[in-house]
Amino acid sequence: MSLDSTYTRELPLVEGKPTFKDIDNVIILPTETKPTKGWWIAFGISSSALMLGGFCLALTFYYGIGMWGNNQPVGWAFGIINFVFWIGIGHAGTLISAILYLFRQKWRTGIARFAEAMTIFAVMTAGIFPIIHTGRPWLGGYLLPLPNQNGVWVNFSSPLLWDVFAVSTYFTISFLFWGIGLIPDLATMRDRTTSKIKKTIYSVLSLGWTNSNRNWSNYERAYLILAGISTPLVLSVHTIVSFDFAVSVLPGWHTTIFPPYFVAGAIFSGFGMVSTILILVRKVFNMEHIITIGHLEKMNKILLATGMMVGYAYAMEFFIAWYSGNTFEQFVFINRAFGPYAWAYWIMVSCNVIFPQLFWSKKVRTSIPITLILVILVNVGMWFERFVIIVTSLHRDFLPSSWAMYTPTLVDIGLLIGSFGMFFTLLLLFLKVLPLVSISEIKGVMDGAQPTIHPHPHKSNSNGHH
Amino acid sequence: MIKKLIASIKEYDTKDDTTPRSKKLFGLAALYNTPNEIIKAASEVTEKGYEKFDVYTPYPLHGMDDAMGMKSSKVGYVSFTLGITGMLLSLLMIWWMSSVNYPNIIGGKPFFSLPPAIPITFEGTILFTGIATVLGMLILFNQLPKINSPLNDTDFMKNVSSDKYGIVIRTEDNKFQEAEVKKLFLSEGAYDIQEIYFRESNLTTKTPLFDKKFIGAIIGTGILTAAITYLTLNYVLYSVVPFDWMWEQARIDSQSKSSFFQNKAGMRPPVNGTVARGFIPYEFKGMPDSSVKLLSNPLAVSKKTLERGQDRYNIYCSPCHGYFGDGDGRLKGQFPKPPSLHTEKSLKWEDGNFYHVITNGQNVMPSYAEQVKVDDRWAIIHYIRTLQRSKNATDEDMDKAK
Repeated sequence: MSLDSTYTRELPLVEGKPTFKDIDNVIILPTETKPTKGWWIAFGISSSALMLGGFCLALTFYYGIGMWGNNQPVGWAFGIINFVFWIGIGHAGTLISAILYLFRQKWRTGIARFAEAMTIFAVMTAGIFPIIHTGRPWLGGYLLPLPNQNGVWVNFSSPLLWDVFAVSTYFTISFLFWGIGLIPDLATMRDRTTSKIKKTIYSVLSLGWTNSNRNWSNYERAYLILAGISTPLVLSVHTIVSFDFAVSVLPGWHTTIFPPYFVAGAIFSGFGMVSTILILVRKVFNMEHIITIGHLEKMNKILLATGMMVGYAYAMEFFIAWYSGNTFEQFVFINRAFGPYAWAYWIMVSCNVIFPQLFWSKKVRTSIPITLILVILVNVGMWFERFVIIVTSLHRDFLPSSWAMYTPTLVDIGLLIGSFGMFFTLLLLFLKVLPLVSISEIKGVMDGAQPTIHPHPHKSNSNGHH
Repeated sequence: MIKKLIASIKEYDTKDDTTPRSKKLFGLAALYNTPNEIIKAASEVTEKGYEKFDVYTPYPLHGMDDAMGMKSSKVGYVSFTLGITGMLLSLLMIWWMSSVNYPNIIGGKPFFSLPPAIPITFEGTILFTGIATVLGMLILFNQLPKINSPLNDTDFMKNVSSDKYGIVIRTEDNKFQEAEVKKLFLSEGAYDIQEIYFRESNLTTKTPLFDKKFIGAIIGTGILTAAITYLTLNYVLYSVVPFDWMWEQARIDSQSKSSFFQNKAGMRPPVNGTVARGFIPYEFKGMPDSSVKLLSNPLAVSKKTLERGQDRYNIYCSPCHGYFGDGDGRLKGQFPKPPSLHTEKSLKWEDGNFYHVITNGQNVMPSYAEQVKVDDRWAIIHYIRTLQRSKNATDEDMDKAK
């Protein structure tokens, strides 16, 4: 009995029955042609945003954190909100690459490469914030347990340090995962390019890959192992990020639901970002038959599921606050919903819980325009979730005499825009330089790609007898 | 030089295999069109007993490992071993740094405790596993990077990395016989058979890693990078404000110039009207003693006060006024003789007048405000009264003295 599950009618993973050469051509074409006007416009916008961010960063370095809106008691604001936001976005990539691979969901092949690239760029963007939110960011090396002139080591019990290890490991492993996935594709590109410079570059980067099956065998095993370790990695990374808050004593932060809540929220926000970009990319690069409506629909289902997990977490927080009888906890949640930042809270709830409920309808799930609007709202809602968690818990905690309001400065906003600029600039560069769909993987899941016979030969001994 | 560079970056025709090839045969390569054909061909080759062969596909085919008689990949062993190593190293690092090398009391918590060490240990495990998997797979098991394989840049490779399936049987196999191999390939439906020759560079015994130019380039790049890094960091970290550990500060050092002030002087005089701490300004400074009507002696007369007054009088006043106020001090004409303190005028004077003369000076007598503190002046005045009384004693005083 094969594992084909023929009782469900799966949409074809690649529509229109293209040949392998067609696949090569379509996917590699963006890397072989000059950028279009549309690309230049997008690149112009994103690099302007990046330059704005760079300017705000220079101001922050030179004049200090006073350029931000942080105050007492709101010591963490946009810097940490952006950090958690971008790390969360990165998690969708790993989920699509690794977790869906482990679940043998072949439909991931159309989107896995792009999602992994998104993860790497999101983690790069996120990693900037913990370093720049310190007073002397050029001393960031002290975060690492290296021997130093002060003769002290870092504090291994602090979640801020766990973050350092978690995010670095996450970046390294994601990069390696993405990297080895690229090797066969770079080999394909090496063998069809007509530019001498590109040939040299691709030859070096593909490490001389010969598509030998003996190599494929080890490669597949390595890929499986990486997928297997990436899964607990992604769960652990956002858990550790949630520990930044959960191991404190602040009401609204100090709750055990944070690790699963943050992980679900990260997957939710990540899928929102992936969907947003893929809807645009598949149209621009004519890959609608590779990144199909079927893919988008499945991603919307995941969005619905994780959105409801996040909604459950919101409800549970309120319930536990009431059930606990802890007046501080109760106040924090009433303050979130009805206090001065209630506008942020209700944006969060409507974008994350209410609007995604529209995804119950198949018509909505398969409609590109509505999906695009809803996933952009998901991104907005998830940013506001981090804003609500961080700012409302800080601005009114135990002692009313310590309460204060928080207002972001222009530098804060500039850095947020700059982070989007960095992310999209890197993404746009990636789209023109590397194949955005994994060529070897997609070939492997097309109809007719795998053999239907499975011979088991008996090796003859050196005499030639059987 | 530039022209040569530009000329070399011409359009590279993929049909030009510009690497020099030798005449030595590496192996025979066959191309097939469908997955079923290649799987059958692979299993036939295995059954016939060939061992030095390989199958080349654009993506991994299910069941090909079986068809080639391959055992399971061993990458997992490397991953597991190094993963456990990573776990133990992380734990060791945390334990050693926190409780052996520099135990730091943080919140009264134990120096090493397992639960908070778990996140980092976990990440260390994953990191080592991942790196070991990738490096093990590439370097150990696949012998990559390897750019000079005879198969690279061949027409065979171009097909196989795109949409066709191929098999190569190498001449080093014991059973290799050109005609037989060709027959085998064709019987399984190969549509093309190609001869693959060794490259010139494969036949030399020089290890490419130790090529002089390569080593030279590496060392040169290393030196250049190190020098640039050192000089840049040295400059940025020690000379560029604000990264310079506060070595350059916007302050005025003593006796240095300052561009802030108009006269460029860093040392500034105090503001007009500045007084020293504890200084009480004398409101009657420079005025005639007749204007002094408000000062009264704040000190009570006591033995202690009088002894103090005597002591101070003897130090400061006696050189000119003499020990008994007669004006016959020991200066003996080197300085003009002061009037006696027992004149009618002096006897009638208020304490405030004496205070004014001490503080302000009078005629030739300079101000003694610098030498004699305020309280001491009043004590001296009490003593002067004692001296006056001693020279103008009444009968009552004489009776009391008896």
